[in-house]
Amino acid sequence: MTNIEIDGKQVSVAPGATLMDAATQLGIYIPYFCYHKKLSIAANCRMCLVQIEKAPKPMPACSTPAVEGMKVSTHSAMAIASQKGQMEFLLINHPLDCPICDQGGECQLQDLSVGYGASSSRYTEPKRVVANKNLGPLISTDMTRCILCTRCVRFGQEIAGIMELGMAGRGEHAEILTFVGNSVDSELSGNMIDLCPVGALVSKPFRYSARTWELSRRRSISPHCGLGSNLVVQIKQNRVMRVLPRESEEINECWISDKDRFSYEGLNSEERLTTPMIKRDGKWQECDWQTALEFVATGLKATKENHGAQSIGALASPHSTLEELYLLQKMVRAMGSGNVDHRLRQSDFRADGQLQGAPWLGMKIAEISQLKSALVIGSTLRKDHPLIAQRLRQAVKQGGELNLINPFGDDLLTEVANHAVVAPDAIATILAQVLRSAAELKDVEIPDTVKKTVVTDTARAIAVSLIDNKPAAIFLGNLAQHQPQYADIHLLAQHIARITEASFGVLGEAANSVGAYLVGAVPGIDTVGLINGSHKVGMGGRNASQMLGLSDTPAADQCRSYLLMNLEPELDSYNPQQAMKALQGADLVVMMSAYKKNATSIDYADVLLPIAPFTETSGTFINTEGRAQSFNGVVAPLGEARPAWKVLRVLGNLMQLSGFDYETPEQVRAEIFPTDRDITSHLNNSLDNLAIGEPALASSGLQRIGEVPIYQADPIVRRAESLQRTHDAAAPSAWMSGILLDKLGVTAGDTVRVKQGDGEVQITAARDDKLPNNCVRVASAHPLTAALGGMFGEIMVERL
Amino acid sequence: MLTAESLKKIEHEVAKYPAEQKRSAVMSALAIAQDEKGWLANETMDFIAHYLGMPPIAVYEVATFYNMYDLKPVGKYKVTVCTNLPCALSGGNDAAAHLKQKLGIGFNQTTPDGSFTLKEGECLGACGDAPVMLVNNKRMCSFMSNDKIDQLLEDLSK
Ligand code: SF4
Ligand code: FES
Ligand code: FES
Repeated sequence: MTNIEIDGKQVSVAPGATLMDAATQLGIYIPYFCYHKKLSIAANCRMCLVQIEKAPKPMPACSTPAVEGMKVSTHSAMAIASQKGQMEFLLINHPLDCPICDQGGECQLQDLSVGYGASSSRYTEPKRVVANKNLGPLISTDMTRCILCTRCVRFGQEIAGIMELGMAGRGEHAEILTFVGNSVDSELSGNMIDLCPVGALVSKPFRYSARTWELSRRRSISPHCGLGSNLVVQIKQNRVMRVLPRESEEINECWISDKDRFSYEGLNSEERLTTPMIKRDGKWQECDWQTALEFVATGLKATKENHGAQSIGALASPHSTLEELYLLQKMVRAMGSGNVDHRLRQSDFRADGQLQGAPWLGMKIAEISQLKSALVIGSTLRKDHPLIAQRLRQAVKQGGELNLINPFGDDLLTEVANHAVVAPDAIATILAQVLRSAAELKDVEIPDTVKKTVVTDTARAIAVSLIDNKPAAIFLGNLAQHQPQYADIHLLAQHIARITEASFGVLGEAANSVGAYLVGAVPGIDTVGLINGSHKVGMGGRNASQMLGLSDTPAADQCRSYLLMNLEPELDSYNPQQAMKALQGADLVVMMSAYKKNATSIDYADVLLPIAPFTETSGTFINTEGRAQSFNGVVAPLGEARPAWKVLRVLGNLMQLSGFDYETPEQVRAEIFPTDRDITSHLNNSLDNLAIGEPALASSGLQRIGEVPIYQADPIVRRAESLQRTHDAAAPSAWMSGILLDKLGVTAGDTVRVKQGDGEVQITAARDDKLPNNCVRVASAHPLTAALGGMFGEIMVERL
Repeated sequence: MLTAESLKKIEHEVAKYPAEQKRSAVMSALAIAQDEKGWLANETMDFIAHYLGMPPIAVYEVATFYNMYDLKPVGKYKVTVCTNLPCALSGGNDAAAHLKQKLGIGFNQTTPDGSFTLKEGECLGACGDAPVMLVNNKRMCSFMSNDKIDQLLEDLSK
C-alpha cells in the first residue's frame, strides 16, 4: 500500500492507484471531464490539476500515480488557479448555448463552470465552429460544444469493442467524427450520450422534447433481455420521455444497451391498445372491461364444458412479469388445464421432466468478466445479450479465451480463440467432439456413441481451453435453445462442463426466462409455484409447440381456446405459419396485449384486452443470474389499459376460481415468495437421465438459420421508431455463402423466393462467406418473413 | 488497390513490429500508399485499415494529424513552406508571399496546369536554414531567397 496525504488527510491506496483514486477514496472532489472510472486514462482535459508538494508545476490527478509520502493539495491557491485557468481555456471555443442545449441542467461543463468559471469571458476573438455530423438515428450532434475529452472515442475502443468515432485533425482543427460520414452502429452506442460531459452528443429521439428539470425520475428494470438492467425512467406529464441506466455494478455496471435505452418510444406508440375490444361478426368493436371479461369467462367456460379443460391453453411471453405469469398459470391450472408455457420459440422439449430446476446463467453476471475461458454455443451474442458480450470482451482483454460454436461467423468485436462455424444441425456433433476430446484429456469414461466421433482440431482446442484455464464457463445461447436438437446440445454441454469443471449456464432470452420457470409457467414442471400453490403438483400439460400444433404433433393436441399474454404469435413463435393455423382454427383466442395492429389484421383473435407494459404496472423480473428485482409502475396506464395481474385477478373471480382475492401485487409476490424461500435453490441446469443418443444425421438439404433480430425481440422494441431506423433493423435478407449463391445461380442483390412449408416470401439475396455452405440465414420474428415456417430446419431458395 | 511493389514495401515495414502490433506500421504504410497514388483517397485509407487490421477511423486520425499526408489530389510538385515562428522571424512569410505571387495561387491551391501545389507547413526541424521548404515531402530546400525560389521553380518546370 502507498500512503499519501491529500488536503491534510492521510490515505493508503493500492500500488499504481492514481491521485484521483485516492481522492475518491477519501471523498474529496476533484473536478474532471475526461476521466471516467470505466475508461482508460487520457488526461487531455487538464481539469483535474492539483498541487503536489515539491512538484514545480500542477499535475493532473487522473493520471498521476500516488507515490509514497506525496502531499497533495486540491484546493490550494495554485490548484484552484490552475483549475480556473483550465476552465477558461475550455470555454474559449465553447458556444455557451446552454439555453438551447439539451444537456443544460445535467451538463458537467455547465456545473463546473459555475464552480470554476468566471462570470464573463475575456475572450473576444472569433470562436471555432465545427460542423455537425450525422451519426445515425440515435445520436444527435452539436460538435461545436465538444471539448475533445475523447470519452466517446475510448468508449468505442474499450467497451463497445469497435472504434467508430475518432479524433481527426490536430490542434484547433481537431474534431470528433466517423470515417467518411458512417453512422455509429454499435448496439451500445447510446452510452456515449451519457459519457459526453457536454451537449455534443445528445439523444436524437429525446431532442428538444423536455428540459431535464421538468422530468421526474423513477427506478425501473429493463424488460428487454435476460440481464435485468437497472433503469431510471424519466417522466413528464405521465409520459415516458427518456430512459437512462441506473448504476448497478453487479448487473449492468453503468451501461445499458440501445435496446434498453431507446425502446421507450414503443411505449408511446400509436399502436397501443387502449380499450378492450370484441370481434362480433368479423368486426372489431370497442367495449367496456365488464363486457370483455364476461365474454372471456363465458367463452372459457363453454370450452371447458364442451371439450374439457385440457382444450384451454395459455401462452405467455417470458417478458411478462413474475406476478402475471404466476397468476396466468394459476388460473389455467385452477380451471383444470395443465397447458401453460412461455417457451414460445423453443422447438425441442425432450428435456422437460428431466430438468432439475429453472435454467439459469450458472454463475453471477459479474463473474463473467473474470472468466479465463468461455465457450458460447449458438448465440448472436452481441445482439441478444449486448452487455454479456461486453463483459466477455473485458474478460478477453484480461487474458481470457473466448471459444464459439455458432452457425455463423459474426464478429464479436473481440479476439476469439477458437471458432467452430457449423450448420445448426451439426452443433451437437461438434459438442460430441469436444466432449470426447475433454474426456480423453481428463481420462474420464464416456458413452460409446461419443467415442466414435472424429475429433477436429478446433474441437480439441476448445476442450483444452476449457480444461487449462480457470475459471471457465459454458453458455447456451438463444439460438441453441431454439434449435430442434436443444436437448442433445444441452446434455452434451452439461457433460463437457462436468468433465472440464467449467460452470454451465443457459443465457436467459427474456427478462423473466428464469422467473417463468420458477412460477410454473411451464407444463408439468415442479417448481416454486407448483410446490406451494393451491393446485395439484405435477399436473401434466402441453408445451408451447404442442399447443400451437407444430407439424409433428397430432391435430388433437391443439387447443380450442387460447389465452395469449404479451405476445404476438406471428412474430413470437418458433413456427409462425403453424401457430397462425392453430389460432385461426380455434374457438376462442383471448389476446392480452399492450398493442393492437390495425385491429383488422388480428384476425385470429376474438377479444383484445389492453394490458399495461412494464412502465405502467408493478412487477418483478428474475434475471438470468436468478436475482429477483421488483419495480413499480412509473406512469398511469394509458387509456383503459390495466395491469395484467389485475385483469387475471378479476377474470379468476369472474370464473369463481378460489384464491384470486389479491388487493395488491405485493400479496401476489408474497404468495410466490414466502419470506423463507431461497430462489437459488431452485436454479439448476442439470438434466437427469437423458442418454446421449447417436448423433443425428446431417440433413442433406438447405437449412435455415432463423435468428431473432435485435430490434424485433419483443412487442415494445418493435415499435420503437428510432431503433427501427438503425442498420440493425434492416429488412431481412437471405444470407448465403458465395459458394451457395453460385450453386443456386443467384447473385447477391437479386430478389429470391424463399419457401418453407406452404409459405413463401420474396427477399433480397445477400452474401456472407462466413456461413456454412448448406445454410441460408433468414431472420425470423420479422413481418417480412412471418409467412415462413420454423426458425430452423429445411428451407428452399429459388431464383425468380 | 496498391501495386505489388508498394505492398512489398509495406510488408517490410510491418515486419519491424511484433505481429499483434502491426498497426504500428500505419504511418509508413500511408506514406508508401501516397507515394504510389499521389494522395490518400478514402478508399486507400480504408484499404490500409483492412490491411493492418485496424478501424478505418484510426487510420483517418493519423492521416489527418500529420500534414505531410494529402487527403486531396495535389499537383505534380507539392511545395511546402514553413511558416512557424522561427522561420517567420527569418523570412518564411516573405518566401511564402513570393511563391504565391510567382505561382499565382494561395495556400492549399494548385496551379491550373496541375504542376504546383502550395502548402503551409509546420517546423521542418531546420529553423537555422530559414526560409525552408520541402518539395514532394522528400526534397529539402534551405536558405530560400527569392532568387533561389525562382531557380527552383524553373528547374521543376523543365
Ligand atoms: S463528443 Fe463529447 S465525449 Fe466525445 S470528445 Fe467531444 S466532449 Fe468528449
Ligand atoms: S480528468 Fe484529468 S486530465 Fe481530464
Ligand atoms: S520553424 Fe521552420 S523549420 Fe523550424
